[in-house]
Amino acid sequence: MKKDGFFSQLKRGILDENPVFVQLLGMCPTLALTTLVSNAIGMGLAATAVLVCSNLLISLLRHIIPKQVRIAAYIVIISGFVTAVELIMKAYLFDLYQSLGIFLSLIVVNCIILARAEAYASKNKPLPSIVDGIATGLGFTFALIVMAAIREVIGSGTILGYDITFGVYEPAMMIAQPAGAFITLGIIIAAVQKIKNSVEDKKRLKRLSHVEPKERGDKE
Amino acid sequence: MQDTKFNEAALLTVEPSPHIKRRASIRWSMLEVIIALIPACAFGVYIFGWRALFVLLISVASAVLSEFVYQKFIIKKRVMISDCSAALTGLLLGMNLPASVPLWLPVVGSAFAIIIVKQLFGGIGRNFLNPALAARAFLFFSWPAHMGKYVGLGAKLPLFANVGEDIQASATVLAGIKEGGTPSASLLDMFFGKCDGTIGEISALLLLVGGIYLLIRGIISWHIPVTYLGTCAVMFFIFPQVAGVSRLDAMLYELLSGGLMLGAIFMATDYVTCPITKWGRVIFGVGCGLLTFFFRCFGANAEGVSFAILIMNSLVWYIDFATKPRIFGTKGVKKRAS
Repeated sequence: MKKDGFFSQLKRGILDENPVFVQLLGMCPTLALTTLVSNAIGMGLAATAVLVCSNLLISLLRHIIPKQVRIAAYIVIISGFVTAVELIMKAYLFDLYQSLGIFLSLIVVNCIILARAEAYASKNKPLPSIVDGIATGLGFTFALIVMAAIREVIGSGTILGYDITFGVYEPAMMIAQPAGAFITLGIIIAAVQKIKNSVEDKKRLKRLSHVEPKERGDKE
Repeated sequence: MQDTKFNEAALLTVEPSPHIKRRASIRWSMLEVIIALIPACAFGVYIFGWRALFVLLISVASAVLSEFVYQKFIIKKRVMISDCSAALTGLLLGMNLPASVPLWLPVVGSAFAIIIVKQLFGGIGRNFLNPALAARAFLFFSWPAHMGKYVGLGAKLPLFANVGEDIQASATVLAGIKEGGTPSASLLDMFFGKCDGTIGEISALLLLVGGIYLLIRGIISWHIPVTYLGTCAVMFFIFPQVAGVSRLDAMLYELLSGGLMLGAIFMATDYVTCPITKWGRVIFGVGCGLLTFFFRCFGANAEGVSFAILIMNSLVWYIDFATKPRIFGTKGVKKRAS
Protein backbone atom coordinates (compact mmCIF):
# COMPACT_ATOMS: atom_id res chain seq x y z
CA MET A 1 0.00 0.00 0.00
CA LYS A 2 2.79 2.40 0.83
CA LYS A 3 4.26 2.04 -2.63
CA ASP A 4 1.08 3.25 -4.29
CA GLY A 5 1.53 6.30 -6.43
CA PHE A 6 -0.74 9.29 -6.12
CA PHE A 7 -2.71 8.47 -9.24
CA SER A 8 -3.19 4.77 -8.58
CA GLN A 9 -4.49 5.67 -5.12
CA LEU A 10 -6.80 8.22 -6.70
CA LYS A 11 -8.06 5.69 -9.23
CA ARG A 12 -8.68 3.14 -6.51
CA GLY A 13 -10.72 5.60 -4.48
CA ILE A 14 -12.81 6.88 -7.36
CA LEU A 15 -13.33 3.75 -9.48
CA ASP A 16 -12.12 0.40 -8.14
CA GLU A 17 -13.23 0.95 -4.57
CA ASN A 18 -15.79 3.66 -5.05
CA PRO A 19 -17.25 4.19 -1.56
CA VAL A 20 -20.85 4.30 -2.78
CA PHE A 21 -21.12 2.07 -5.81
CA VAL A 22 -18.69 -0.65 -4.72
CA GLN A 23 -18.41 -0.51 -0.93
CA LEU A 24 -22.04 0.58 -0.44
CA LEU A 25 -21.10 3.07 2.26
CA GLY A 26 -22.79 6.41 2.89
CA MET A 27 -26.15 5.31 1.55
CA CYS A 28 -28.12 7.87 3.56
CA PRO A 29 -26.88 11.07 1.87
CA THR A 30 -26.66 9.23 -1.45
CA LEU A 31 -30.34 8.40 -1.41
CA ALA A 32 -31.61 11.56 0.22
CA LEU A 33 -29.56 14.34 -1.33
CA THR A 34 -29.23 13.41 -4.99
CA THR A 35 -32.33 15.18 -6.24
CA LEU A 36 -30.26 18.12 -7.53
CA VAL A 37 -26.73 18.19 -8.90
CA SER A 38 -25.93 21.34 -6.92
CA ASN A 39 -26.82 19.55 -3.68
CA ALA A 40 -24.67 16.60 -4.67
CA ILE A 41 -21.64 18.76 -5.40
CA GLY A 42 -22.04 20.68 -2.15
CA MET A 43 -22.47 17.56 -0.07
CA GLY A 44 -19.61 15.74 -1.79
CA LEU A 45 -17.16 18.58 -1.36
CA ALA A 46 -18.16 19.17 2.26
CA ALA A 47 -17.64 15.49 3.03
CA THR A 48 -14.32 15.53 1.16
CA ALA A 49 -13.08 18.48 3.19
CA VAL A 50 -14.02 16.78 6.45
CA LEU A 51 -12.51 13.51 5.26
CA VAL A 52 -9.15 15.03 4.34
CA CYS A 53 -8.85 16.96 7.59
CA SER A 54 -9.96 14.08 9.81
CA ASN A 55 -7.69 11.62 8.02
CA LEU A 56 -4.74 13.95 8.55
CA LEU A 57 -5.42 14.51 12.22
CA ILE A 58 -6.18 10.88 12.98
CA SER A 59 -3.05 9.82 11.16
CA LEU A 60 -0.97 12.27 13.18
CA LEU A 61 -2.51 11.08 16.42
CA ARG A 62 -2.44 7.39 15.58
CA HIS A 63 0.19 6.51 18.18
CA ILE A 64 -1.45 8.61 20.88
CA ILE A 65 -5.11 7.51 20.72
CA PRO A 66 -5.62 4.44 22.94
CA LYS A 67 -7.05 1.51 21.09
CA GLN A 68 -9.97 0.97 23.43
CA VAL A 69 -11.53 4.40 22.91
CA ARG A 70 -10.49 5.00 19.34
CA ILE A 71 -14.00 5.17 17.85
CA ALA A 72 -15.07 7.81 20.35
CA ALA A 73 -11.90 9.77 19.65
CA TYR A 74 -12.50 9.58 15.89
CA ILE A 75 -16.06 10.79 16.30
CA VAL A 76 -14.90 13.75 18.37
CA ILE A 77 -12.29 14.69 15.78
CA ILE A 78 -14.72 14.28 12.87
CA SER A 79 -17.49 16.23 14.57
CA GLY A 80 -15.08 19.09 15.22
CA PHE A 81 -14.35 19.38 11.52
CA VAL A 82 -18.01 18.95 10.59
CA THR A 83 -18.93 21.83 12.88
CA ALA A 84 -16.25 23.97 11.25
CA VAL A 85 -17.46 23.13 7.74
CA GLU A 86 -21.04 23.74 8.79
CA LEU A 87 -20.24 27.18 10.19
CA ILE A 88 -18.25 28.11 7.10
CA MET A 89 -21.11 27.08 4.83
CA LYS A 90 -23.60 28.92 7.00
CA ALA A 91 -21.52 32.08 6.60
CA TYR A 92 -20.68 31.92 2.91
CA LEU A 93 -23.05 29.44 1.20
CA PHE A 94 -26.29 29.93 3.08
CA ASP A 95 -28.61 28.63 0.30
CA LEU A 96 -26.69 25.40 -0.03
CA TYR A 97 -26.52 25.12 3.75
CA GLN A 98 -30.29 25.32 3.92
CA SER A 99 -30.94 22.82 1.15
CA LEU A 100 -28.56 20.27 2.67
CA GLY A 101 -30.28 20.66 6.01
CA ILE A 102 -29.73 17.98 8.61
CA PHE A 103 -27.52 15.91 6.32
CA LEU A 104 -24.66 18.33 6.75
CA SER A 105 -24.52 17.62 10.48
CA LEU A 106 -24.98 13.94 9.77
CA ILE A 107 -21.57 13.85 8.09
CA VAL A 108 -20.39 13.15 11.65
CA VAL A 109 -21.77 9.65 11.49
CA ASN A 110 -21.09 9.15 7.79
CA CYS A 111 -19.65 5.67 7.63
CA ILE A 112 -17.29 6.52 4.76
CA ILE A 113 -15.34 8.90 6.98
CA LEU A 114 -15.30 6.53 9.93
CA ALA A 115 -14.33 3.65 7.68
CA ARG A 116 -11.37 5.52 6.19
CA ALA A 117 -10.27 6.62 9.66
CA GLU A 118 -10.43 3.09 11.00
CA ALA A 119 -9.13 1.24 7.96
CA TYR A 120 -6.54 3.64 6.60
CA ALA A 121 -5.64 6.77 8.53
CA SER A 122 -5.05 4.99 11.81
CA LYS A 123 -2.46 2.72 10.19
CA ASN A 124 -0.70 5.03 7.74
CA LYS A 125 1.48 8.11 7.65
CA PRO A 126 -0.10 11.58 7.28
CA LEU A 127 0.72 12.19 3.60
CA PRO A 128 -0.80 8.96 2.21
CA SER A 129 -3.75 9.55 4.52
CA ILE A 130 -4.41 12.94 2.95
CA VAL A 131 -4.23 11.39 -0.53
CA ASP A 132 -6.58 8.64 0.60
CA GLY A 133 -8.98 11.24 1.94
CA ILE A 134 -8.93 13.13 -1.36
CA ALA A 135 -9.40 9.93 -3.39
CA THR A 136 -12.29 8.61 -1.30
CA GLY A 137 -13.91 12.02 -1.06
CA LEU A 138 -13.74 12.51 -4.81
CA GLY A 139 -15.14 9.01 -5.29
CA PHE A 140 -18.04 9.93 -3.03
CA THR A 141 -18.57 13.23 -4.87
CA PHE A 142 -18.38 11.47 -8.22
CA ALA A 143 -21.00 8.91 -7.18
CA LEU A 144 -23.31 11.62 -5.84
CA ILE A 145 -22.98 13.65 -9.04
CA VAL A 146 -23.71 10.62 -11.25
CA MET A 147 -26.81 9.78 -9.22
CA ALA A 148 -27.97 13.39 -9.04
CA ALA A 149 -27.41 14.02 -12.75
CA ILE A 150 -29.56 11.04 -13.70
CA ARG A 151 -32.26 11.87 -11.19
CA GLU A 152 -32.33 15.60 -11.92
CA VAL A 153 -32.57 15.12 -15.68
CA ILE A 154 -35.22 12.40 -15.56
CA GLY A 155 -37.07 13.50 -12.46
CA SER A 156 -37.08 17.29 -12.74
CA GLY A 157 -36.12 17.98 -16.33
CA THR A 158 -33.31 20.31 -15.33
CA ILE A 159 -29.55 20.09 -14.99
CA LEU A 160 -27.82 22.40 -12.49
CA GLY A 161 -31.06 24.36 -12.44
CA TYR A 162 -31.24 24.95 -16.21
CA ASP A 163 -34.43 23.79 -17.87
CA ILE A 164 -33.74 21.17 -20.53
CA THR A 165 -37.27 19.96 -21.23
CA PHE A 166 -37.65 22.26 -24.28
CA GLY A 167 -41.36 22.23 -23.55
CA VAL A 168 -41.62 18.66 -24.83
CA TYR A 169 -40.35 16.36 -22.12
CA GLU A 170 -42.50 15.89 -19.06
CA PRO A 171 -40.31 14.88 -16.12
CA ALA A 172 -41.07 11.61 -14.34
CA MET A 173 -41.56 12.96 -10.85
CA MET A 174 -41.16 9.60 -9.15
CA ILE A 175 -37.46 9.48 -10.00
CA ALA A 176 -36.99 12.65 -7.92
CA GLN A 177 -38.86 11.05 -5.02
CA PRO A 178 -37.30 8.55 -2.57
CA ALA A 179 -38.54 5.48 -4.46
CA GLY A 180 -36.77 6.76 -7.57
CA ALA A 181 -33.53 7.06 -5.59
CA PHE A 182 -33.64 3.37 -4.72
CA ILE A 183 -34.42 2.35 -8.31
CA THR A 184 -31.64 4.54 -9.74
CA LEU A 185 -29.08 3.39 -7.18
CA GLY A 186 -30.00 -0.26 -7.72
CA ILE A 187 -29.60 -0.04 -11.47
CA ILE A 188 -26.29 1.83 -11.21
CA ILE A 189 -24.86 -0.69 -8.71
CA ALA A 190 -25.99 -3.58 -10.91
CA ALA A 191 -24.34 -2.02 -13.94
CA VAL A 192 -21.10 -1.34 -12.03
CA GLN A 193 -20.99 -4.93 -10.76
CA LYS A 194 -21.61 -6.23 -14.27
CA ILE A 195 -18.74 -4.18 -15.68
CA LYS A 196 -16.43 -5.19 -12.82
CA ASN A 197 -17.26 -8.88 -13.27
CA SER A 198 -16.71 -8.85 -17.00
CA VAL A 199 -13.38 -7.07 -16.58
CA GLU A 200 -12.29 -9.60 -13.96
CA ASP A 201 -13.46 -12.50 -16.13
CA LYS A 202 -11.37 -11.25 -19.00
CA LYS A 203 -8.34 -10.91 -16.75
CA ARG A 204 -8.82 -14.44 -15.44
CA LEU A 205 -9.22 -15.86 -18.90
CA LYS A 206 -6.06 -14.14 -20.01
CA ARG A 207 -4.19 -15.63 -17.06
CA LEU A 208 -5.55 -19.12 -17.46
CA SER A 209 -5.28 -19.72 -21.16
CA HIS A 210 -3.20 -18.83 -24.15
CA VAL A 211 -6.26 -18.11 -26.23
CA GLU A 212 -6.92 -14.45 -26.79
CA PRO A 213 -9.67 -13.36 -24.38
CA LYS A 214 -11.74 -11.79 -27.12
CA GLU A 215 -11.98 -15.00 -29.18
CA ARG A 216 -12.74 -17.03 -26.08
CA GLY A 217 -15.51 -14.65 -25.15
CA ASP A 218 -17.06 -14.88 -28.59
CA LYS A 219 -17.28 -18.66 -28.48
CA GLU A 220 -19.21 -18.80 -25.26
CA MET B 1 -52.24 -50.72 -33.65
CA GLN B 2 -50.61 -49.54 -36.80
CA ASP B 3 -47.38 -48.84 -34.98
CA THR B 4 -46.77 -51.66 -32.53
CA LYS B 5 -43.19 -50.67 -32.01
CA PHE B 6 -44.19 -47.31 -30.67
CA ASN B 7 -46.84 -48.79 -28.40
CA GLU B 8 -44.37 -51.22 -26.93
CA ALA B 9 -42.01 -48.41 -26.26
CA ALA B 10 -44.76 -46.45 -24.61
CA LEU B 11 -45.79 -49.39 -22.43
CA LEU B 12 -42.32 -50.36 -21.37
CA THR B 13 -40.98 -46.89 -20.71
CA VAL B 14 -40.56 -46.17 -17.04
CA GLU B 15 -40.90 -42.49 -16.30
CA PRO B 16 -40.60 -40.50 -13.12
CA SER B 17 -43.76 -38.72 -11.99
CA PRO B 18 -45.91 -36.79 -12.92
CA HIS B 19 -47.84 -39.39 -14.87
CA ILE B 20 -51.05 -37.45 -15.32
CA LYS B 21 -50.35 -34.57 -17.60
CA ARG B 22 -52.21 -31.50 -18.64
CA ARG B 23 -52.00 -29.31 -21.66
CA ALA B 24 -51.09 -26.38 -19.44
CA SER B 25 -48.21 -24.18 -20.44
CA ILE B 26 -47.34 -20.58 -19.76
CA ARG B 27 -48.58 -19.65 -23.20
CA TRP B 28 -51.88 -21.48 -22.68
CA SER B 29 -52.68 -19.91 -19.32
CA MET B 30 -51.67 -16.44 -20.47
CA LEU B 31 -53.90 -16.75 -23.52
CA GLU B 32 -56.81 -17.89 -21.34
CA VAL B 33 -56.40 -14.82 -19.14
CA ILE B 34 -56.26 -12.59 -22.21
CA ILE B 35 -59.47 -14.20 -23.51
CA ALA B 36 -61.12 -13.57 -20.15
CA LEU B 37 -60.09 -9.91 -20.30
CA ILE B 38 -61.34 -9.27 -23.83
CA PRO B 39 -65.04 -8.60 -22.94
CA ALA B 40 -64.07 -5.93 -20.40
CA CYS B 41 -61.64 -4.38 -22.90
CA ALA B 42 -64.24 -4.39 -25.63
CA PHE B 43 -66.68 -2.67 -23.31
CA GLY B 44 -64.05 -0.05 -22.46
CA VAL B 45 -63.53 0.60 -26.16
CA TYR B 46 -67.31 0.83 -26.64
CA ILE B 47 -67.60 3.42 -23.87
CA PHE B 48 -64.49 5.51 -24.47
CA GLY B 49 -64.18 5.20 -28.26
CA TRP B 50 -61.40 4.07 -30.54
CA ARG B 51 -58.75 5.93 -28.61
CA ALA B 52 -59.12 3.37 -25.82
CA LEU B 53 -58.38 0.55 -28.26
CA PHE B 54 -55.39 2.50 -29.49
CA VAL B 55 -54.05 2.91 -25.94
CA LEU B 56 -54.48 -0.83 -25.30
CA LEU B 57 -52.75 -1.79 -28.55
CA ILE B 58 -49.84 0.56 -27.94
CA SER B 59 -49.46 -0.79 -24.44
CA VAL B 60 -49.42 -4.43 -25.59
CA ALA B 61 -47.13 -3.75 -28.54
CA SER B 62 -44.59 -1.82 -26.52
CA ALA B 63 -44.56 -4.46 -23.77
CA VAL B 64 -43.81 -7.19 -26.32
CA LEU B 65 -41.25 -5.01 -28.03
CA SER B 66 -39.50 -4.22 -24.73
CA GLU B 67 -39.26 -7.92 -23.91
CA PHE B 68 -37.94 -8.68 -27.40
CA VAL B 69 -35.33 -5.92 -27.35
CA TYR B 70 -34.16 -6.83 -23.84
CA GLN B 71 -33.85 -10.56 -24.51
CA LYS B 72 -32.42 -10.26 -27.99
CA PHE B 73 -29.98 -7.36 -27.67
CA ILE B 74 -29.25 -6.73 -24.01
CA ILE B 75 -28.96 -10.13 -22.36
CA LYS B 76 -28.72 -12.04 -25.66
CA LYS B 77 -30.73 -15.05 -24.53
CA ARG B 78 -33.63 -16.90 -26.12
CA VAL B 79 -36.47 -14.59 -27.06
CA MET B 80 -39.57 -15.73 -25.18
CA ILE B 81 -42.19 -13.26 -26.38
CA SER B 82 -44.29 -16.13 -27.78
CA ASP B 83 -45.27 -17.16 -24.22
CA CYS B 84 -47.61 -14.14 -24.28
CA SER B 85 -46.75 -13.08 -20.74
CA ALA B 86 -45.45 -9.72 -21.95
CA ALA B 87 -48.60 -9.23 -23.99
CA LEU B 88 -50.73 -9.92 -20.91
CA THR B 89 -48.69 -7.48 -18.84
CA GLY B 90 -49.14 -4.84 -21.52
CA LEU B 91 -52.87 -5.49 -21.72
CA LEU B 92 -53.32 -5.27 -17.94
CA LEU B 93 -51.33 -2.04 -17.85
CA GLY B 94 -53.41 -0.58 -20.66
CA MET B 95 -56.60 -1.49 -18.83
CA ASN B 96 -55.29 0.43 -15.83
CA LEU B 97 -54.89 3.68 -17.76
CA PRO B 98 -57.56 6.30 -18.42
CA ALA B 99 -58.42 6.56 -22.10
CA SER B 100 -57.29 10.17 -22.20
CA VAL B 101 -53.60 9.57 -21.44
CA PRO B 102 -51.06 10.89 -23.95
CA LEU B 103 -49.95 8.04 -26.18
CA TRP B 104 -46.34 7.95 -24.94
CA LEU B 105 -47.51 7.08 -21.43
CA PRO B 106 -48.35 3.39 -22.14
CA VAL B 107 -45.02 3.05 -23.96
CA VAL B 108 -43.05 4.28 -20.95
CA GLY B 109 -45.19 2.23 -18.59
CA SER B 110 -44.79 -0.99 -20.54
CA ALA B 111 -41.05 -0.55 -20.82
CA PHE B 112 -40.84 0.05 -17.07
CA ALA B 113 -43.01 -2.99 -16.34
CA ILE B 114 -41.10 -5.38 -18.56
CA ILE B 115 -37.51 -4.20 -18.20
CA ILE B 116 -37.25 -2.84 -14.67
CA VAL B 117 -39.89 -4.81 -12.77
CA LYS B 118 -39.70 -8.13 -14.63
CA GLN B 119 -36.49 -8.66 -16.56
CA LEU B 120 -34.02 -7.04 -14.18
CA PHE B 121 -35.16 -9.50 -11.51
CA GLY B 122 -34.62 -12.49 -13.80
CA GLY B 123 -37.55 -12.58 -16.19
CA ILE B 124 -40.75 -14.52 -16.04
CA GLY B 125 -41.39 -16.25 -12.71
CA ARG B 126 -38.78 -14.25 -10.80
CA ASN B 127 -40.37 -10.83 -10.45
CA PHE B 128 -41.59 -10.18 -6.93
CA LEU B 129 -44.02 -7.44 -7.91
CA ASN B 130 -46.83 -7.59 -10.42
CA PRO B 131 -45.23 -5.78 -13.41
CA ALA B 132 -48.42 -4.12 -14.62
CA LEU B 133 -49.30 -2.80 -11.18
CA ALA B 134 -45.79 -1.62 -10.43
CA ALA B 135 -45.76 0.24 -13.74
CA ARG B 136 -49.13 1.75 -12.92
CA ALA B 137 -47.79 2.98 -9.60
CA PHE B 138 -44.71 4.38 -11.36
CA LEU B 139 -46.87 6.25 -13.88
CA PHE B 140 -49.22 7.41 -11.15
CA PHE B 141 -46.46 8.98 -9.09
CA SER B 142 -44.57 10.29 -12.09
CA TRP B 143 -47.36 11.91 -14.07
CA PRO B 144 -50.30 12.28 -11.66
CA ALA B 145 -51.94 14.89 -13.87
CA HIS B 146 -52.30 12.45 -16.75
CA MET B 147 -53.13 9.40 -14.67
CA GLY B 148 -55.85 11.20 -12.76
CA LYS B 149 -57.62 12.68 -15.76
CA TYR B 150 -60.79 10.70 -16.32
CA VAL B 151 -62.87 12.24 -19.05
CA GLY B 152 -66.64 12.09 -19.04
CA LEU B 153 -68.58 9.38 -20.78
CA GLY B 154 -69.79 11.31 -23.80
CA ALA B 155 -66.52 13.12 -24.55
CA LYS B 156 -65.17 12.73 -28.07
CA LEU B 157 -61.51 11.84 -27.73
CA PRO B 158 -59.10 12.43 -30.61
CA LEU B 159 -57.50 9.25 -31.89
CA PHE B 160 -53.87 10.35 -32.09
CA ALA B 161 -53.50 13.87 -30.74
CA ASN B 162 -53.04 14.67 -27.07
CA VAL B 163 -56.21 15.33 -25.16
CA GLY B 164 -56.36 19.07 -24.75
CA GLU B 165 -57.43 21.26 -21.88
CA ASP B 166 -60.82 21.88 -23.48
CA ILE B 167 -62.04 18.38 -22.62
CA GLN B 168 -63.08 18.50 -19.01
CA ALA B 169 -61.89 15.86 -16.60
CA SER B 170 -64.59 14.46 -14.37
CA ALA B 171 -64.20 12.92 -10.94
CA THR B 172 -64.68 9.18 -10.62
CA VAL B 173 -67.31 7.80 -8.31
CA LEU B 174 -64.60 6.82 -5.89
CA ALA B 175 -63.12 10.33 -5.86
CA GLY B 176 -66.60 11.72 -5.24
CA ILE B 177 -67.06 9.39 -2.29
CA LYS B 178 -63.66 10.38 -0.94
CA GLU B 179 -64.67 14.02 -0.91
CA GLY B 180 -67.77 13.14 1.05
CA GLY B 181 -70.32 13.66 -1.67
CA THR B 182 -73.05 11.32 -2.79
CA PRO B 183 -72.11 8.92 -5.62
CA SER B 184 -72.53 10.32 -9.11
CA ALA B 185 -73.80 7.08 -10.67
CA SER B 186 -76.47 4.59 -9.69
CA LEU B 187 -75.52 1.12 -8.49
CA LEU B 188 -76.93 -0.53 -11.61
CA ASP B 189 -74.96 1.79 -13.90
CA MET B 190 -71.81 0.96 -12.00
CA PHE B 191 -72.49 -2.76 -12.21
CA PHE B 192 -72.86 -2.60 -15.99
CA GLY B 193 -70.06 -0.09 -16.37
CA LYS B 194 -71.64 3.22 -17.25
CA CYS B 195 -69.28 5.26 -15.13
CA ASP B 196 -65.90 6.99 -15.35
CA GLY B 197 -62.73 5.12 -14.74
CA THR B 198 -59.82 3.49 -16.48
CA ILE B 199 -60.33 1.56 -19.70
CA GLY B 200 -60.59 -1.88 -18.16
CA GLU B 201 -62.04 -1.37 -14.72
CA ILE B 202 -65.47 0.09 -15.41
CA SER B 203 -67.63 -2.95 -16.10
CA ALA B 204 -67.90 -5.03 -12.97
CA LEU B 205 -70.24 -7.46 -14.73
CA LEU B 206 -67.86 -8.33 -17.56
CA LEU B 207 -64.91 -8.59 -15.20
CA LEU B 208 -66.92 -11.03 -13.07
CA VAL B 209 -67.80 -13.00 -16.20
CA GLY B 210 -64.11 -13.17 -17.10
CA GLY B 211 -63.29 -14.26 -13.55
CA ILE B 212 -65.87 -17.05 -13.62
CA TYR B 213 -64.46 -18.20 -16.97
CA LEU B 214 -60.99 -18.40 -15.44
CA LEU B 215 -62.34 -20.31 -12.44
CA ILE B 216 -64.11 -22.84 -14.68
CA ARG B 217 -61.02 -23.29 -16.83
CA GLY B 218 -58.97 -23.83 -13.70
CA ILE B 219 -56.57 -20.96 -14.35
CA ILE B 220 -57.10 -19.29 -11.00
CA SER B 221 -58.32 -20.66 -7.68
CA TRP B 222 -61.20 -19.03 -5.86
CA HIS B 223 -59.24 -18.25 -2.70
CA ILE B 224 -57.81 -14.85 -3.51
CA PRO B 225 -60.77 -13.16 -5.25
CA VAL B 226 -63.30 -14.43 -2.72
CA THR B 227 -61.30 -13.56 0.38
CA TYR B 228 -60.21 -10.22 -1.09
CA LEU B 229 -63.72 -9.11 -2.06
CA GLY B 230 -65.18 -10.67 1.10
CA THR B 231 -62.82 -8.80 3.40
CA CYS B 232 -63.55 -5.56 1.60
CA ALA B 233 -67.28 -6.21 1.81
CA VAL B 234 -67.17 -6.90 5.55
CA MET B 235 -64.96 -3.90 6.32
CA PHE B 236 -67.01 -1.48 4.24
CA PHE B 237 -70.23 -2.87 5.69
CA ILE B 238 -69.06 -2.30 9.24
CA PHE B 239 -67.49 1.09 8.47
CA PRO B 240 -69.53 2.61 5.62
CA GLN B 241 -67.74 5.42 3.79
CA VAL B 242 -70.49 6.67 1.50
CA ALA B 243 -72.67 9.48 2.76
CA GLY B 244 -76.41 9.37 2.38
CA VAL B 245 -77.06 5.73 1.49
CA SER B 246 -77.75 2.59 3.47
CA ARG B 247 -74.97 0.35 4.74
CA LEU B 248 -75.55 -2.29 2.10
CA ASP B 249 -75.56 0.25 -0.71
CA ALA B 250 -72.40 1.84 0.63
CA MET B 251 -70.70 -1.53 0.64
CA LEU B 252 -71.82 -2.27 -2.93
CA TYR B 253 -70.63 1.14 -4.12
CA GLU B 254 -67.18 0.43 -2.73
CA LEU B 255 -67.07 -3.06 -4.25
CA LEU B 256 -68.13 -1.90 -7.70
CA SER B 257 -66.04 1.26 -7.91
CA GLY B 258 -62.43 1.73 -8.84
CA GLY B 259 -60.13 -1.09 -9.76
CA LEU B 260 -61.29 -3.48 -7.06
CA MET B 261 -62.86 -6.09 -9.38
CA LEU B 262 -60.01 -5.90 -11.88
CA GLY B 263 -57.47 -6.07 -9.07
CA ALA B 264 -59.07 -8.88 -7.09
CA ILE B 265 -59.78 -11.13 -10.06
CA PHE B 266 -56.92 -10.50 -12.47
CA MET B 267 -54.10 -8.70 -10.66
CA ALA B 268 -53.89 -10.32 -7.25
CA THR B 269 -54.15 -13.81 -8.77
CA ASP B 270 -51.04 -13.42 -10.91
CA TYR B 271 -49.20 -16.76 -10.60
CA VAL B 272 -45.79 -15.33 -9.95
CA THR B 273 -46.69 -12.84 -7.28
CA CYS B 274 -49.23 -14.66 -5.14
CA PRO B 275 -48.64 -17.40 -2.54
CA ILE B 276 -48.73 -21.03 -3.65
CA THR B 277 -50.40 -22.56 -0.60
CA LYS B 278 -54.17 -22.41 -0.07
CA TRP B 279 -53.96 -20.84 3.36
CA GLY B 280 -51.30 -18.49 2.06
CA ARG B 281 -53.74 -17.32 -0.57
CA VAL B 282 -56.40 -16.77 2.04
CA ILE B 283 -54.00 -14.66 4.12
CA PHE B 284 -52.96 -12.82 0.96
CA GLY B 285 -56.57 -12.05 0.02
CA VAL B 286 -57.52 -10.88 3.49
CA GLY B 287 -54.40 -8.72 3.67
CA CYS B 288 -55.18 -7.14 0.31
CA GLY B 289 -58.74 -6.46 1.43
CA LEU B 290 -57.71 -4.85 4.70
CA LEU B 291 -55.05 -2.72 3.03
CA THR B 292 -57.50 -1.61 0.34
CA PHE B 293 -59.91 -0.57 3.06
CA PHE B 294 -57.22 1.36 4.92
CA PHE B 295 -55.96 3.06 1.75
CA ARG B 296 -59.44 4.11 0.71
CA CYS B 297 -60.32 5.32 4.20
CA PHE B 298 -57.16 7.03 5.33
CA GLY B 299 -55.00 7.37 2.20
CA ALA B 300 -54.32 10.57 0.34
CA ASN B 301 -55.60 9.06 -2.91
CA ALA B 302 -59.09 7.80 -3.57
CA GLU B 303 -57.87 4.50 -4.98
CA GLY B 304 -55.89 1.94 -3.00
CA VAL B 305 -56.22 -1.39 -4.77
CA SER B 306 -52.95 -1.27 -6.67
CA PHE B 307 -50.90 -0.24 -3.64
CA ALA B 308 -52.57 -2.86 -1.46
CA ILE B 309 -51.73 -5.62 -3.93
CA LEU B 310 -48.17 -4.35 -4.38
CA ILE B 311 -47.56 -4.36 -0.63
CA MET B 312 -48.95 -7.88 -0.28
CA ASN B 313 -46.86 -8.95 -3.30
CA SER B 314 -43.72 -8.03 -1.41
CA LEU B 315 -44.85 -10.17 1.55
CA VAL B 316 -45.53 -13.31 -0.49
CA TRP B 317 -42.25 -14.96 0.44
CA TYR B 318 -43.05 -14.67 4.16
CA ILE B 319 -46.63 -15.86 3.70
CA ASP B 320 -45.45 -18.91 1.79
CA PHE B 321 -42.85 -19.61 4.43
CA ALA B 322 -45.37 -19.31 7.26
CA THR B 323 -47.91 -21.60 5.59
CA LYS B 324 -45.46 -24.23 4.41
CA PRO B 325 -47.34 -27.54 4.44
CA ARG B 326 -46.20 -30.25 6.84
CA ILE B 327 -44.60 -33.27 5.24
CA PHE B 328 -46.96 -36.25 5.42
CA GLY B 329 -46.21 -38.50 8.37
CA THR B 330 -44.23 -35.99 10.39
CA LYS B 331 -47.04 -35.12 12.79
CA GLY B 332 -46.05 -35.73 16.37
CA VAL B 333 -42.57 -36.87 15.47
CA LYS B 334 -41.06 -34.07 17.48
CA LYS B 335 -43.09 -35.02 20.56
CA ARG B 336 -41.96 -38.62 20.50
CA ALA B 337 -38.37 -37.63 20.08
CA SER B 338 -38.50 -35.51 23.18
